[in-house]
Amino acid sequence: MAETLLELDGLTLSFDTSSGPHDVLHGISLSVRRGEIVALVGESGSGKSVTARIILGLLQRLRSVRVGGSARLAGRELLTLRQSALRELRGRDISMIFQDPVNSLNPVYTIGHQFRDILRRADPRLSRSAARARALAALAEVMIEDPERVLDSYPFQLSGGMNQRVMIGMALANEPRLLLADEPGTALDVTVQARTLELMHALVRRHGTSVLFISHNLGVVREFADRIYVIYRGRIVETGPTAALFADPRHPYTRALLQSVPRLTGGGLPDIPERADFSAPLEVHPEQPSTEEAR
Amino acid sequence: MSLLEIRGVSKSFEVKGHRVQALQPMSLAIAPGEVHAIVGESGSGKSTLANVVLGVFPPSSGELQFAGAPLPIRRSRDLRRRIQFVQQNPYSALNPRHTIAQSIALGLNVHFGGSTASHAARVQELLADVDLDPALADRFPSALSGGQRQRVAIARALAAQPELLVLDEPTSALDVLVQARILALLMQLRARHGMTYIFISHDLAVVRNLADRVSVFEKGRLVETGATQDIFEAPREDYTRRLIASTPVVSTEEAALRDRLTRPAMP
Repeated sequence: MAETLLELDGLTLSFDTSSGPHDVLHGISLSVRRGEIVALVGESGSGKSVTARIILGLLQRLRSVRVGGSARLAGRELLTLRQSALRELRGRDISMIFQDPVNSLNPVYTIGHQFRDILRRADPRLSRSAARARALAALAEVMIEDPERVLDSYPFQLSGGMNQRVMIGMALANEPRLLLADEPGTALDVTVQARTLELMHALVRRHGTSVLFISHNLGVVREFADRIYVIYRGRIVETGPTAALFADPRHPYTRALLQSVPRLTGGGLPDIPERADFSAPLEVHPEQPSTEEAR
Repeated sequence: MSLLEIRGVSKSFEVKGHRVQALQPMSLAIAPGEVHAIVGESGSGKSTLANVVLGVFPPSSGELQFAGAPLPIRRSRDLRRRIQFVQQNPYSALNPRHTIAQSIALGLNVHFGGSTASHAARVQELLADVDLDPALADRFPSALSGGQRQRVAIARALAAQPELLVLDEPTSALDVLVQARILALLMQLRARHGMTYIFISHDLAVVRNLADRVSVFEKGRLVETGATQDIFEAPREDYTRRLIASTPVVSTEEAALRDRLTRPAMP
């Protein structure tokens, strides 16, 4: 099996509030191997997005936040890294794609300007013309037909789908080892979302990028991920290869979640899941001795 | 007889000196008791049609008939009462300064007159109707979950005792477990009160399981309308096929259906 790139081990998170500490993550353990697409799936408030923010080092700097356990990237502990070292990692080794492309791009700079800033994080002495050439190549990779015009545009001049593709191009421009994708495409129309995710999938495979894909949408996850972790109220409740988990969901929470999704083949609205006890222990589906080694 | 008839209705707007055709002329008939789904993406015209039906703005051409009589641009209090609306976002639908009871009582005042106090019993009835704890009556929206707020919004629409309910993406801001409960509630309410629904949605899997008929909108055009099963099993239009094929699915049976629809037909 491929080497592990990202490893979270017993990750905890709590916020200090006026009424005492509020625990958000109760010990999350997960791993992403090199070249692997792993999904973290759960509902709002489950802790999936804060997990990504800890990996990016965006939460630790807040005074009211307590983070425990360990988060390692290629063996290097991220939780104790200084902010300056984390800033260096971000945009170079780790990059992120957000749900809403319009608010994640800077509205006052052209796409070309923003590309240049990102590329210079990895190579501070990159010239304007070399940056532009690399940005054009990155836009061509995300199937943008008129890259010259797009580079000279501001985000508001582009459609939502176009901005999302620009973000994917930017996120992959420095060949990061790990891509964190938080609900990408959720704000888009379904046909645009389907095309965007397909494109993103092809690109990360081509580049061998590892992906931690954060989503509430089981259908999207099923099509996108190699392996899945299901998170419920700050705990991983089930994990396994995508096909195994969908064929045989075992944890009561995973079952309720799947049962709640209406089926395109009909059969009536889903039965309302019981307000069941979801405190059952973690379910782990074994991985088949993989054929990936042959790749 | 249809409850709502849309005859040659179109809508265009003037935007910075340009005419934008938001809705091409279209005709639709919705039978009493029917759940009629309108599906399409942003810019498809589905919300424009909803606004015309609700009387937010008049159509540029064509006419509407409701329960056998013309639906005028200026509507009587009674006509406004009979067609109600539930919007997508349960967070902005309720006034944060009103308690749940006040929000619902205000709806009752508008449609039936009387004082807020005189409606207390009816408010309790409506809360029970949408399976909400009556103790929530004196709480503010901020104390409620998204699902609970959407139940309040539904209760407020029910307060008018409408015949037609226009639901604009009523569950798309909610988590899937909560969505399942709200959808089930909506179907119970329809049966209990004999309402007709116009259900606007981009989620084809939801539509497949609750609509009697489906209309597919694309760029202001009604591309296809038909019984739900026909639309999903034998769509006539490429755009419909593409919408179905873009829907994320969770089972191999659904994936097989999508593949069958998108494979070129055998000669």
